[in-house]
Amino acid sequence: MNIETKNKTKEATQQTIKITGSEAIIRCLIAEGVDILYGYPGGAIMPVYDELYKFRDQIHHVLTRHEQGATHAAQGYARISGRVGVAMATSGPGATNLITGIADAQIDSTPLVCITGQVSSHLLGSDAFQETDIVGISTPVTKWNHQVTKASEIPEVIAKAFYIAKSGRPGPVLIDITKDAQFEEFDFSYKKCTGIRSYNPIPNIDIKLVEAAAELINNAKKPMIVWGQGIILGKAEDELKAVIEKAGIPAAWTILGASALPTSHPLNIGMVGMHGNYAPNKLTNECDVLIAIGMRFDDRVTGNLNTYAKQAKIIHFEIDPAEVDKNVKTDVAVLGDSKESLAALLPLLETKSHTAWLQEFKALYDIEFEKVIKDDLHPTKEGLTMGEVLNQINIETKGNAAIVSDVGQHQMIACRYSNFNITKSNITSGGLGTMGFALPAAIGAKMAAPQREVVAIIGDGGYQMTIQELGTIFQQKVPVKIVVLNNEFLGMVRQWQQLFFDKRYASTEMTNPDFVTIAKGYYIEAKRVKKREELADAVKEMIACKEAYFLEVCVEKEDNVFPMIPSGASVSDIRLS
Amino acid sequence: MHLQNRVWQSQSYLFCNIFSLLSFIKMDEQIKTFTISVYTENNIGLLNRISAIFQRRHINIESLTTSQSEIESVNRFVIVVNITEAQAKKIVKQIEKQVEAIRAYYHTDEETIYTESCMFKIKSVLLFEEPQIQNIIKDSNSQIVTVNKEFFVLEKSGRRHEIESLRRDLNVFGIMQFVRSGRISVTKSEMKITEMLKAFNNQ
Repeated sequence: MNIETKNKTKEATQQTIKITGSEAIIRCLIAEGVDILYGYPGGAIMPVYDELYKFRDQIHHVLTRHEQGATHAAQGYARISGRVGVAMATSGPGATNLITGIADAQIDSTPLVCITGQVSSHLLGSDAFQETDIVGISTPVTKWNHQVTKASEIPEVIAKAFYIAKSGRPGPVLIDITKDAQFEEFDFSYKKCTGIRSYNPIPNIDIKLVEAAAELINNAKKPMIVWGQGIILGKAEDELKAVIEKAGIPAAWTILGASALPTSHPLNIGMVGMHGNYAPNKLTNECDVLIAIGMRFDDRVTGNLNTYAKQAKIIHFEIDPAEVDKNVKTDVAVLGDSKESLAALLPLLETKSHTAWLQEFKALYDIEFEKVIKDDLHPTKEGLTMGEVLNQINIETKGNAAIVSDVGQHQMIACRYSNFNITKSNITSGGLGTMGFALPAAIGAKMAAPQREVVAIIGDGGYQMTIQELGTIFQQKVPVKIVVLNNEFLGMVRQWQQLFFDKRYASTEMTNPDFVTIAKGYYIEAKRVKKREELADAVKEMIACKEAYFLEVCVEKEDNVFPMIPSGASVSDIRLS
Repeated sequence: MHLQNRVWQSQSYLFCNIFSLLSFIKMDEQIKTFTISVYTENNIGLLNRISAIFQRRHINIESLTTSQSEIESVNRFVIVVNITEAQAKKIVKQIEKQVEAIRAYYHTDEETIYTESCMFKIKSVLLFEEPQIQNIIKDSNSQIVTVNKEFFVLEKSGRRHEIESLRRDLNVFGIMQFVRSGRISVTKSEMKITEMLKAFNNQ
């Protein structure tokens, strides 16, 4: 671009033009680089949809079959691309249907901008048709929210929304716009937001604390890293790899941290937490320095806090000051962006290899392999296991697929056994545990990264919570691969009933419909596998398919996921059976 | 006897020391009155956002007052809660995490200068029929705001126990209306909000 045209575009963005609030919304979205948004129209948002129609060559609106699907699709879009996902809905029920996805994005730090229509400002508080106090309702589950009643506020509020959603620790933002503000005309100009005086998204790194952390690490005999999604959100994958390789530190991940380091990396010691790997959980209570990076010591990770890593010095690299000392008392807390913090740490680290310590992980892995993994991945019993399906998917995708999982047993199996070569490849609902997340999230992920293979792994329970999004897949021709691992149970709850409620299977058994027929009803290629000998070919056919594909695998009904830390137990009391 | 007494005293001294040591260790876990001060932007919905932080943790707010602060366009919340210091630390961080909260602090009663304010509406006839009321007004350092034929209004600022004692004294004669404000307080230490905001403007 030459200087003249550059100046011209600069003028153009600063020039004011008289347009309606709804056109302004679309122009703001385009200015923020939004190419796809997910939503569902209705009365109070119709002026915006009218503008979407006019701008349809510049911005692609995806009609989901339920507003919850719109938020999850926007989440999938954000999680695979690192960009802000956008969802739109009308007032009242449209807005309240967004809440589950917003709460999910809040607890999993996913950047989302949700725009809802609202009744005209003169009707606010009058119990008008489809009026609901969505700003009030969404307050505890949003990073920020705001109601717009004048068109002139729109550019500044939307600019702020995108800035807040993606900066610092990301999160969901909701903008509620009254219908009269959508119709109102005003002088439009757009300026991106670059700072808010009451908001400090990235704390400055205190180099003295980095030095203190480095000293602890350099003197450690048995250091261990647990990283979380902070590595992915901070784009610090390379820095993490450099740190662990230089200091020779075994590194484990939380469920949302998965895929930041390739599964095959020799220092990748697996997943921590309730159904994580045996070695990192056990040795959490034996390491002398525990280095937590971009993770928040969730109770599913720590088990009983009174017996969690009490012997270790704890270092916490974290962007959100509210997470420091929230659950686990730290010895050194380095606030700041993970990429910058690790880059500052790297030169201070001594080159080391903790061979004997690493061997301890290997030895425990061998035990886990013998007692759990072998039978999961290469079973000899008659019934199919979830693990062998994942194993087959690994083989066919060579570890290059993005795996979108729902919530439950299949999720734990997917996270434990998926091979990941590429970062941002594990898309799952971690903190909120939202059943129904996977199918719509897979749509968003595939649309944001069409070049990636996207495989959704879903249980028969969660699948039926958002099954209607098959309509979106069909209409939009989204070539996602859908695998339903059907055990005719709400498997994880059933497992707990078996272990802790004397096998009283209260409302966990499911009488399911013919999933293949349903998929075919949406003109989606579909197959059911009941026998082991059919599995490999079916997975091969699914991955080779250029369009959407549905594969139902009927797995053993009453298999359990192990290892397992029973709730309230210590990480070192992890059970193998 | 005298000697015995001294032994007992020194023993109790020892006990005292052990207890104070124990209480020092557990200080973080003791429930105390904390005043939480929050400097914020003046936006609709922020009150909801801040009160939700307490509600979610099942913490009862004893009093909440919001007003303009020393800085133009910056509001100040003064929130009184009975919680542990460990809780107070976490609450303050959660409040600061809100985009439109500029800074939040927590202080003990000893670290603040604080007061509450109250009003009594009382029948005017009592002022003349019950001479004791005049003494109560004088002794309590309260002020008569207005008097008319029907009623007079008494106003008093002070600590909670002073207000409570005045209320008890006046209750004997009958109170038509009573209202008490939440706590307002300033801290003995500096807040440095102005410098913070200046630094942002110079960025």
